[in-house]
Amino acid sequence: MTILNLVFIVFLGILFFIAYFHISNYILDTYGNKTLKRYNFENSIRVIVFITPAFIVLFIFILYPVFETIRLSFYDKFGREFVGLYNYKWAINDPEFRRSILNNLVWLLVVPTLSTFFGLVIANLADRIWWGSIAKSIIFMPMAISFVGAGVIWKFIYEYRGPENTQIGLLNAIIVSLGYEPQAWLTIPMWNNFFLMAIMIWIQTGLALVIFSAALRSIPKEMLEAARIDGASELKIFFSIIIPYLEQTILVIWTLITIIVLRIFDIIFAMTNGEWQTGVLANLMYDWMFRGGGDSGRGSVLAIVIMVGVIPILAWNLYKHRQEQKI
Amino acid sequence: MKKFSISSLLSQLLLLFFVIIWIIPTFGLFISSLRDKDLLAISGWWTSLTTTEVNEIYRMSGMESQIEEDGYFKIKGKLFEDNSGKKIESFGITSKKINEFNIGDVAIFKDESEVLLDEDGNYEWRSRTEFKKKKGKRLFTTSLSPPAFTFENYREVLFKEGIGRAFVNTMAVALPSTLIPLIICSFFAYSLTWMKFYGRDTLLAIIIASLVVPLQMSLIPILTIYNDFGALFGVAAKSYPGVWMAHTGFGLASTTFLLRNFLKSLPNEMMEAAKVDGASHYDIFLRIIIPLSIPAFASIFILQFLWCWNDLLVGLVFLDQVPSEIILTAKLKELLGSRGENWEILTTGAFVSMTVPLFIFFALQRYFIRGLVAGSVKG
Repeated sequence: MTILNLVFIVFLGILFFIAYFHISNYILDTYGNKTLKRYNFENSIRVIVFITPAFIVLFIFILYPVFETIRLSFYDKFGREFVGLYNYKWAINDPEFRRSILNNLVWLLVVPTLSTFFGLVIANLADRIWWGSIAKSIIFMPMAISFVGAGVIWKFIYEYRGPENTQIGLLNAIIVSLGYEPQAWLTIPMWNNFFLMAIMIWIQTGLALVIFSAALRSIPKEMLEAARIDGASELKIFFSIIIPYLEQTILVIWTLITIIVLRIFDIIFAMTNGEWQTGVLANLMYDWMFRGGGDSGRGSVLAIVIMVGVIPILAWNLYKHRQEQKI
Repeated sequence: MKKFSISSLLSQLLLLFFVIIWIIPTFGLFISSLRDKDLLAISGWWTSLTTTEVNEIYRMSGMESQIEEDGYFKIKGKLFEDNSGKKIESFGITSKKINEFNIGDVAIFKDESEVLLDEDGNYEWRSRTEFKKKKGKRLFTTSLSPPAFTFENYREVLFKEGIGRAFVNTMAVALPSTLIPLIICSFFAYSLTWMKFYGRDTLLAIIIASLVVPLQMSLIPILTIYNDFGALFGVAAKSYPGVWMAHTGFGLASTTFLLRNFLKSLPNEMMEAAKVDGASHYDIFLRIIIPLSIPAFASIFILQFLWCWNDLLVGLVFLDQVPSEIILTAKLKELLGSRGENWEILTTGAFVSMTVPLFIFFALQRYFIRGLVAGSVKG
């Protein structure tokens, strides 16, 4: 496909949706009031016109797949024959699956916690320093770039050359200058997971930082002033006032990063492709989607395991929504 | 009045420490993308910031270029181009002793030919007898190289490695994948906020539940739908419109949710007044909602655009990995596998892929942050 064709279909694609809304509403505006006497009837047609495209997309891309994935998890690799719990039994006994679950759990424990912690500390520091906004900008920047781009950046940091060569990776160069042997960081089982997590923390701290920065402004200045006059140290203020005050925000950010980490795929796919025991559920699932022509049964089981991880968050969100509706 | 204290100094230092840790990886990548690819492979990027000593091997010209002058046969030439600013410190004629001679010394080879070298790399190689070899002899130089940067890597990566085309492809994926959800979700959010119909609350609850559904749940069923659809109508199963709709589907819940939160904050009286004046819902949408929602649109546009631009999984699953369809992130991943040792290609490619996000980041940071803070939960 040439670039000109590409530009053409991009325009066509966008135009299609604008045209749909404009033409259908134009027809309703012009003829609706004359032929459809009752306002309510015209109104309900309008509702259909407004929500149909979004509803179709929602149905095809979210609702139907959820049920289809659950169905497929009970079927064979082509989705044709019912096999009961076979795929689930396979998963429980598969060492790769266990390894991935374990890795996912470590990721879920470490990344949201450290990102939230760094975010809170940096937001608090930057708030009181005149060049704080520049610092925030810099720490926030990794949020804008892709996981793969971040992967390349960090792979360069972790680059390993044999001990006889000059190290071009920063980490090994530092290690060597301190008199130690260079290491192939990404191939050391268990520890390599933490080197991969460092990338994610590097990215997600920015998210925590900006949300905390906004939240910090909501703390009443008088309260902080009063504490300072009473002689409380900054550390004391941080732990006794700021953290309790931001409890809700901390929870929100922690949840937000947890959801992102649960689906983590790109970083591991780009850096190690799950080798050296770094695989997580999303990578294993991608593998099973395409390995040996694909196995939709096993792939679906893995997707469901990821889904199960977010169900508590989903239930909590719905509960909060209900509470808000009542008010 | 600000007071200067130990604790304030400590917090400044601590923040500085964080900033340095956070900026160095990206900075290193950027510097590396501007370095000469041969130097990049043998020395760390931090060495390029100061004048450094480099050891190199050059070969002088062979017999074709010899001239006869003052009773000597001479070959004159240059080891390297002037513009690098390199200054030779010392040189040698065997690999054992690469620092044997200083500039100004006359080095004598075994065949009794002599060579003179100046610090800019101009050499004069002379002999009483005629030169008979096609290839010239080797010189080993040690020179001081000032920081030197080049755009050569960018030229190579953009046009030879296919990153340029991948850039266009990514744009062709990301723009519609951002605008289409924005269009259909703004109508959706409007009807969820300002129109009364049966099942509205259920629909809203479904949207909120969909916010956290991981997109992995959708991959296999949608791929199956696309394959069936492609087989039925005899078209390619993987195509641009397919990716746009997939991104629209995955971004629909969060876009609708954010827009609805915004629309809810608009005053109800305004809509009522417009209705009394005889405006239809579409009039209200075009004349009132859109102008008021520009900042909200900007925030959502940025979030969704960055999401689509930076996505790997959707582009990997729903597009063929061929030059006319491959996106930047997939291309980078491919290069990481096939050209893992060619850091000039990787660093430059990565930086090219980051240009658009970084531009958006620095130009529209306010909207980006506002969108994130508004409660971005992406499913």
